[in-house]
Amino acid sequence: MRNPRVGWALLSPTLIILLIFGFAPFIYVLVVGFFDWNVFAAEDGLRFNGLDNFRRLVFDDLFLSSVGLTIRFAVFAIVSEIVLGFVLAQMLTRSFPGKSLFRIIHTFPLMVAPIAVGAIWRLLVIPGFGPVPFFLDRWLGLTYQIGTYPDQALMTSVLMDIWHWTPFVTLTMLAGLSSIPREPVEQAKVDGANRLQVFWYVTLPFLRPVLLTTVFIRIMDAIRTVDEVWMLAGGGPGTRFTGIYIWRVTSPAASADWGYGSSVSLITLYLTIVLCWLLFIAISGRRKGEVE
Amino acid sequence: MNQSRRRRIGSYFGTYAFWIFMTLLTLIPIWWMFVVSMRTRVELFGRPNLMLSRLYLENYSNVLTDSAFQRYMTNSLVVSTANALLVMILALLATYALSRYKLAGRDNIFFWLITNRMAPPAAFLLPLYIMFTRTFRLGDWTLFDTQLGLVLLYCVFNLPFAIWLLKGVIDGIPIELDDAAMIDGAGLWGVLRHVIIPLSAPGLAVTGILSWIFAWNEYLFAANLTSVVARTITTALAEFVTVTGTNWGELAAMSMVTLVPSAVIVLFAQRYIVMGLTFGAVKE
Repeated sequence: MRNPRVGWALLSPTLIILLIFGFAPFIYVLVVGFFDWNVFAAEDGLRFNGLDNFRRLVFDDLFLSSVGLTIRFAVFAIVSEIVLGFVLAQMLTRSFPGKSLFRIIHTFPLMVAPIAVGAIWRLLVIPGFGPVPFFLDRWLGLTYQIGTYPDQALMTSVLMDIWHWTPFVTLTMLAGLSSIPREPVEQAKVDGANRLQVFWYVTLPFLRPVLLTTVFIRIMDAIRTVDEVWMLAGGGPGTRFTGIYIWRVTSPAASADWGYGSSVSLITLYLTIVLCWLLFIAISGRRKGEVE
Repeated sequence: MNQSRRRRIGSYFGTYAFWIFMTLLTLIPIWWMFVVSMRTRVELFGRPNLMLSRLYLENYSNVLTDSAFQRYMTNSLVVSTANALLVMILALLATYALSRYKLAGRDNIFFWLITNRMAPPAAFLLPLYIMFTRTFRLGDWTLFDTQLGLVLLYCVFNLPFAIWLLKGVIDGIPIELDDAAMIDGAGLWGVLRHVIIPLSAPGLAVTGILSWIFAWNEYLFAANLTSVVARTITTALAEFVTVTGTNWGELAAMSMVTLVPSAVIVLFAQRYIVMGLTFGAVKE
């Protein structure tokens, strides 16, 4: 009665669009990364150059520093978001009047366009009229200028990311917390476990899948962060993250070296996959250790 | 009793103090942008005043009457709406196929669908640029700088999560209902129209809303794959800063305008945002 051909026909528009605009670019990056293709070179066209692009990449200081910076950014931001999101979710598990209003306000940054998040934070920290540099100077005597000090720019990006994405962690954690059955928690309390022990031995193992998913998605996001940081600092020192580096290298307007751009993209895709795989191993491996 | 009541109020007090603090942290940055949007250039400098001094609407009227900005906004509205509709239709058909037909390798198709979303978009900028300017051309017409190009491209990012979201919904509709409709003489379209669409309407709506907001918020592709005709509102925000002598008031006003749909969506679709952002891996 149900002819698979009809099924394929229904699926085909989706598959065609994804093959053309999703898969074809991937194949392109995979192939062109091994070629020399400079649009403004004397002889137009592709020349195979094996791993030359990748050799160049390994010694490309800008790329390497962008990777280091992205890792620092991701670690600072994601750890803070997880801790803060967990606390907030914990606060939301009990009911109090007006809870849904607070929750709605807390969720709001999540839906704001990243570029607008960048604009909001730029207005806060801009030298001249932004309140943050003004009051830091007035009250604490600190000089705060993200255009000049790379560390301040990095920390501002981290804070902006926390502002933007903590609500996401809160909501996933809340979903995870509310799916934890009551009995094991009660049981542990009866057995004399203190709050920390309940958290460590009962809540955390139950939360692990949600935690894993959340960290996984946030790492993906951190690697591709471009818009908001670009808007915040205009690619200034301290914010040249991998996403921005790739954008600059592969941006059709800025770069004519398309072969090299492709190899950079390829390496970043590869790094993304490896990072997630390592994370998965780390978390599932520790779990095995606990069971034994 | 008095004591326990006092204790309850006391515990609420801590909760409220905490949440009011968090709410201020969330809202002050947005409030400051609103304040900036209500000021002239001269009023901005000097000691930052976080209070709204007066209603000065000229930044908004300047922005909203500017013909380029109107074009950007129309483009954003058209692209987001067309993309949301297209994603809803395609995702419904695809999910129905994946849910009801025995297709070879359908689990692999699923996995492949998400990988489309995980990749950093910047990595695909160059091939897409070449595709848009060189591969798809008819005479002088190319996909570059068209609304159609953006609508199709955003499908790559919206379809995977849309299908994941709808999969659970359509799997939950008993297949017996399909069969009953078919016995009553309904064809494929009859089943979709009378059984699947009415029963999956809430899921479809969420899919549409979240696709819409992702398309509305997207910047990187819009900035690099359009030049004049099809520019969207997010690219306008970024361009504003690079121009020498930024008018911060107008930038703030423009940003406030882009926030309006986000605010509406948070109010009405808050519960489903997480499901959309995690491919339904985390449900509420």
